[in-house]
Amino acid sequence: MLSKKQARAFFLGGTVVTFLIFIGLTIYSFSKAQDQSNDEEITEAVVRGKDLWEANNCMGCHTVLGEGAYYAPELTKVIDRRGAGYVTAVLMTPVSWEPNGRKMVAYGFSKEEANDLIAFFEWIGKIDLNGFDRVVSPLSKDEN
Amino acid sequence: MKYKSQKVAYWFFALSMLLFGLQIVYGFIMGFAHAGMDGLHDVIPFNTARAVHTNLLVVWLLSGFMGAAYYIIPEEAQHELVSVKLAYVQLISLAVVGVVAIVGYHFNYWEGRKFLEIPRPLDYLVVVNVLLFLGLILVTLFKGKRRTTTALVLSMGLLFAALLYLPGMLPFDSQVKDSFFRWWVVHLWVEGVWELIMGGILSFLLIKLTGVDREVIEKWLYVIVGLTFLSGVLGTGHHYYYIGVNKIWLIVGGIFSALEPLAFLAMALFAVNMYRKGEKKHPNTLALYWTLGAAIVSFIGAGLLGFAHTLPQTNLYTHGTLVTAMHGHLAFWGAYAMIVLAIISYSLPNLTGRKLYDSSLGRMAFWFSNIGILGMTVAFGVAGVVQVYLERKLKMEFMAVQKEIEIHFIVLIICATLFTTGIIMYMIDFYKHGTPTDEALETTPH
Ligand code: HEC
Ligand code: HEM
Ligand code: HEM
Ligand SMILES: [Fe+2]
Repeated sequence: MLSKKQARAFFLGGTVVTFLIFIGLTIYSFSKAQDQSNDEEITEAVVRGKDLWEANNCMGCHTVLGEGAYYAPELTKVIDRRGAGYVTAVLMTPVSWEPNGRKMVAYGFSKEEANDLIAFFEWIGKIDLNGFDRVVSPLSKDEN
Repeated sequence: MKYKSQKVAYWFFALSMLLFGLQIVYGFIMGFAHAGMDGLHDVIPFNTARAVHTNLLVVWLLSGFMGAAYYIIPEEAQHELVSVKLAYVQLISLAVVGVVAIVGYHFNYWEGRKFLEIPRPLDYLVVVNVLLFLGLILVTLFKGKRRTTTALVLSMGLLFAALLYLPGMLPFDSQVKDSFFRWWVVHLWVEGVWELIMGGILSFLLIKLTGVDREVIEKWLYVIVGLTFLSGVLGTGHHYYYIGVNKIWLIVGGIFSALEPLAFLAMALFAVNMYRKGEKKHPNTLALYWTLGAAIVSFIGAGLLGFAHTLPQTNLYTHGTLVTAMHGHLAFWGAYAMIVLAIISYSLPNLTGRKLYDSSLGRMAFWFSNIGILGMTVAFGVAGVVQVYLERKLKMEFMAVQKEIEIHFIVLIICATLFTTGIIMYMIDFYKHGTPTDEALETTPH
């Protein structure tokens, strides 16, 4: 029968080994050759867009890369689906955007801010998502 | 209660109850918004309600864990808490940080990162608060007469939980990296170190409630937390399938996360077996209900419903849909909410001296809340499956699908009302016990 000492060794050993593998895989994933996110294409505009995305907690209603809330449209491929003009209108309108009757916060962003967010969405839209991009976006699915 | 300083636990539990009540209010706001009634939008938009709902959840659970530690550690270590005064300072500062964060969310003051919305300056306060807590617990443990496995596992869980908060504070320009390290906090908490906390509390309760030999219980505790880390660390990969990192995570995450339910299965079998084995029947049957309930419902919510969407082939379609919300509710309820309610049910009579064991109110609280949340899980689940099918298979527009599933949120609200009735009963029972008193001190341990 298993003794308490053996049980403890199993716990400590398993933890250390899997954690080391986990760190190794993390380093591997972020090595240059494995990059799927076009990391070097992150411009200042993209970063400003990400800051706006975070400062306003857009993720509290929307998902991007499939992460966030389940209340408002998934935005990974929003530029593909709607075009930049449409998205600019959503972001700049001073009244709640609600063509389908569910309200978004009326941010009334400036043109510059809207452009930054669009740069952010464009960068997001080009990430290789191992096939998920085709599931969330009918447009890119049709190219298949 | 055996040590006077254990009384401080009561106030952490009281804070838990208060914040839990508030969490539910914000849940209803979101439930109604999903059902098409968003009358509060201008005052409390959905993203505010969500951040408040999930953060209050985390804070009331943490407050419950801290209360549990303040109750358990003196008893296990056989030593009074080193400073009761500092424990109260820690309680008040926890409440203040929590309330400031929650109020801030109503004024667009946050960091839009799911579950980690607390803004940076407050993060530092959280860190100081948790350091103070850990200091008190660890010094007590260190000075104590004995160091039991139960106490060690519980403290280790609390310590690692604090350490793992740090990767969530790293700043990144890339959304991909941001999300990658967000999971180091969120996943490694709920599917890693929090299970240590749960395991520690569970083992303490089983020792007290069943009278089975400590050595036997603690051996299995090691096996369970061993299984947890063995599967859970690399299981983090189930969040890395589709966020823009290497395909290797499809294999690693798929295999290891599929093993994660084993830890929860082991926990359920362990609890039920110890109960069967136990000679001594402690009169506090309500505590036993919650304890066994936690072990069993966590297996359903985390183990079975987690497994339902963890394979890459399924997650490709369910990722970021209401299916996730279905699993999130039952997993958090079974594993963490129920274990906190279990330790409260066990310790309250000991702290206050009012042995209201097995009241019918307490029993109804147990059944109403559990049946209610099972109903909520089904409502979320049906909504989620329909959403996946219409949106991701039939390629319907997101908003068109939302209109189709509105009705399931009416069902959700009805079940949530049943759930809330149960929780209100629990709170009345809590209130009826009164406040802790030194008169409840036991001279002979049992
Ligand atoms: C209170 C919830 C909420 C918040 C916060 C929110 N949105 Fe929205 N958003 C919505 C809803 C709901 C819709 C869809 C409205 C409709 O179709 O009726 C929407 C639509 C959109 C669309 C158009 C999507 C499409 O496919 O038609 C974009 C782009 C968008 N939001 C971007 C943002 C950005 C950027 C932020 C943060 C600055 C944000 N949203 C914050 C709720 C929200
Ligand atoms: C009783 C009333 C409750 C209602 C009506 C309710 C409703 C909701 C709703 C509508 C969401 C948001 C889903 C979305 O993003 O669209 C949500 C999120 C969440 N709730 Fe609740 N909830 C309730 C209670 C609880 C309880 C008791 C718990 C924990 C035990 C809980 C844990 C969560 C979690 C973890 C999330 C985030 C889920 C995710 O991101 O996948 N909720 N809730
Ligand atoms: C008590 C333990 C658990 C809790 C509290 C829990 C809770 C949650 C929550 C809240 C989320 C949403 C997170 C977010 O999007 O930010 C989530 C996601 C997820 N959980 Fe769990 N979980 C637990 C255990 C498990 C287990 C054991 C498995 C697998 C067997 C699992 C599989 C998943 C998967 C695959 C997702 C991602 C869903 C998606 O792609 O949208 N979970 N969990
Ligand atoms: Fe996970």
